[in-house]
Amino acid sequence: MTDIERLPYDVVVIGAGGSGLRAAIEARLAGKRTAIISKSLFGKAHTVMAEGGCAAAMGNVNPNDNWMVHFRDTMRGGKFLNNPRMAELHAKEAPDRVYELEAWGALFDRTPDGKISQRNFGGHEYPRLAHVGDRTGLEMIRTLQQKVVALQQEDWIAHGDPEAMIKVYAETTITRLIKDGEGRIAGAFGYIRETGQFVVFEAPAVILATGGIGKTFKVSSNSWEYTGDGHALALLAGAKLLNMEFVQFHPTHMVWPISVRGLLVTESVRGDGGVLRNSEGRRYMFDYVPDVFRAQYADTEEEADRWYKDPDHNRRPPELLPRDEVARANNAEVKAGRGSPHGGVFLDIASRLQADEILRRLPSMYHQFKELADVDITKEPMEVGPAQHYVMGGVEVDPDTGESCVPGLFAAGEVSGGMHGSNRLGGNSLSDLLVFGRRAGQGAADYIERLGPKVPVADEAEISAAQAEALAPLHRSAGENPYTVHGEVQDTMSNLVGIIRTETEIKKALAELEQLKVRSSETSAEGGSAYNPGWHLALDLRNIMLMAECVAAAALERQESRGGHTRDDYPGMRPDWRKVNLVCGLEGDKITITKQPTPPMRDDLIALFDRAELKKYLSEEEMAALPPEAVPATASAASEEMH
Amino acid sequence: MSYKAALRVWRGDHGQGDLADYTVEVNDGEVVLDVLHRLQATQAGDLAIRWNCKAGKCGSCSMEINGRPRLACMTRMSIFEPDEVLTITPLRTFPVIRDLVTDVSFNYEKAREIPSFTPDPSVGLGEFRMQQVDVQRSQEFRKCIECYLCQNTCHVIRDHPENEREFAGPRFLMRIAELEMHPADTADRREIAQDDFGLGYCNITKCCTEVCPENIKITDNALIPMKERVVSRKYDPLVWLGSKISRRPLGTDTPSIPGKKS
Repeated sequence: MTDIERLPYDVVVIGAGGSGLRAAIEARLAGKRTAIISKSLFGKAHTVMAEGGCAAAMGNVNPNDNWMVHFRDTMRGGKFLNNPRMAELHAKEAPDRVYELEAWGALFDRTPDGKISQRNFGGHEYPRLAHVGDRTGLEMIRTLQQKVVALQQEDWIAHGDPEAMIKVYAETTITRLIKDGEGRIAGAFGYIRETGQFVVFEAPAVILATGGIGKTFKVSSNSWEYTGDGHALALLAGAKLLNMEFVQFHPTHMVWPISVRGLLVTESVRGDGGVLRNSEGRRYMFDYVPDVFRAQYADTEEEADRWYKDPDHNRRPPELLPRDEVARANNAEVKAGRGSPHGGVFLDIASRLQADEILRRLPSMYHQFKELADVDITKEPMEVGPAQHYVMGGVEVDPDTGESCVPGLFAAGEVSGGMHGSNRLGGNSLSDLLVFGRRAGQGAADYIERLGPKVPVADEAEISAAQAEALAPLHRSAGENPYTVHGEVQDTMSNLVGIIRTETEIKKALAELEQLKVRSSETSAEGGSAYNPGWHLALDLRNIMLMAECVAAAALERQESRGGHTRDDYPGMRPDWRKVNLVCGLEGDKITITKQPTPPMRDDLIALFDRAELKKYLSEEEMAALPPEAVPATASAASEEMH
Repeated sequence: MSYKAALRVWRGDHGQGDLADYTVEVNDGEVVLDVLHRLQATQAGDLAIRWNCKAGKCGSCSMEINGRPRLACMTRMSIFEPDEVLTITPLRTFPVIRDLVTDVSFNYEKAREIPSFTPDPSVGLGEFRMQQVDVQRSQEFRKCIECYLCQNTCHVIRDHPENEREFAGPRFLMRIAELEMHPADTADRREIAQDDFGLGYCNITKCCTEVCPENIKITDNALIPMKERVVSRKYDPLVWLGSKISRRPLGTDTPSIPGKKS
């Protein structure tokens, strides 16, 4: 048991979803020997569950679309808390990243003139999401997986070994990052699930691409792997996490049967015409359009319905507001006693589209409701409700390279923070993975070039400590059952730090987490180290606990409501808080929260908005300081100038 | 409504093991994976199960339930009688790692042998033009979640492991069909489909189609059309004549990837 296998690489990518694979491909293309660490089998990562599409302003369906419109939508969706440089890079580079997938074999749905088709989605002004029915994530992961294979085939011919330059370690989990004496990344410690064999990947650059933290919550659309591993590894290695209070509760998931509660119902249902109704049959979203969005959304059903045919002369239906708005509305309708029999609301596509059209556009949704709930969505409405779906918060990184404050540590995708501000728009995740996955891969390759031949050497004491930590649950005989503790953490977070929050409840959660933290560190796992899920959960619990604490602590601190953070005791956005990022760090075993100013937006980016809109987000001093010549009265004038 | 179900679950590793009896609570609307999770959380913490999304989208939780290959997350308990004993065993075709988890690396090896997507290199980024009706054929095959239930079911390898070297299985013959029908692919994999990947072993019993959780018509839409293409390549007199008068020798096809016999 004491032998640890050593595996030298240039770049180690932790995570084999969209961002991890895109990063690994880029590092390999830059000539670096790359290891991909996959917690599950290759090709099973949570990205497969993405349904609706990948947002990229290609302008294939509406030629008025361009990166500036996408940038504006993204900033609005995130309530202006996004890192503007990230939102800019994302909007500019997403189209090429989508086209690249096509060149690697992806088959997106087409427009009549043979281009990649694009669909409507919440918060996006124009049809923007490249998609494949409602299984876009699967197409993306399969394409990236097959690109990795294609590179391995090239290496097979060139080096006689397909794994000479890029290798996938399937069912392998990293439990600690290892540094050298100077605090630089020197490797990663983990175990191979099948055998329990411990391994150290010795590498100067590590890219975190581990996704989110959904398993911190009881009702979540996230898969088994989402235990906040990368977030926690970064914290433990001394990196900082941004905006952890912002957790996305996607508005529509199945609510019944209980066992599938939290199974995602894609936003495409609404993008393709589906409407939300309460038990009284009222299309209630018209009652929930907030002031900041009133100018862009229809106020009558007639106008909303006309928009699907004639978007240039009508405003959008309120069902397509950003996710945080719709989730709160759904929650409020249920609380007011106007919910569906199983505690959701009604999502109706049956009366809006022909049955064959529903089957063509939403095959997975049809299948999922038919198989699991005996509901035929071409004939009757779905019952849906909000569930945890995404975390906006994550590792603070340099927008251009994905590097964190720890030398050699990079992050991309959901595990990184800043891009989406306080709320992510649907479709912006798949594009985020591609844009910043590629950038992190390049960033890591450049870092290694700068480093030269003297690479950091792993501190042996850190390796021994990591091994002892990993073995502890197997050696402890009388500890608690990790499944029980995990269930209680999820209850605490879902009940007390969920979609609507108050100071009293968050404080109660923090007190409960304090107790649970002690219990989680004393769990024991029966059985051996080979493919033992109880042991794996006992190890994952450390990360789940850290994430619960970060979310709760940051949620307590932020005294306003914005995006994925709603405080009943502090309703409404406060311009002063827009200037503040909350940063989580770790001192000893205590989570620290510090306030940090948000990065400023360049004048040319500010100029993409009009004054009236900026006034909704910025404080009076900020408005006064705006360069008068740069900010016009109407934003459309600005975007035309920049064409 | 809840009841206690009797489960017989295969426990063991590397060829050693046996069915173990358990009694587990079942609630309204649950699927087999819910019940296995409850078993894991309350009675058998180290029960090895491979699962991920629990939404029928990742294809991880493949196993055999009362002898039928299924996804545990999409198999509702309501299809069984409450007093029915459920026998849950690992996929039979692949070696067992532990309990219900099998070693499916065979599939990853086959995937790596198939010559990859080969577009015309002169087409620039964003310049592909394809019609929906043309992409739809390959799109059906790209719905595949790689659960390997078809691979597990196909008698060519299920009953004859000695065929594993010669036969890629329905999933990967379908992958070849997908590339062959991809409107932007330029390679020709018809001959290697037959010679290197064992298309000829398939005698279209459609077992693969029957177990596919994505309802892909593997046999009708991928394997049979592929067989037809192989035949036309081999015996079309024009192709034969063309191969005689061009400089390419007869039988030139997209080369296999090293590692597969050439």
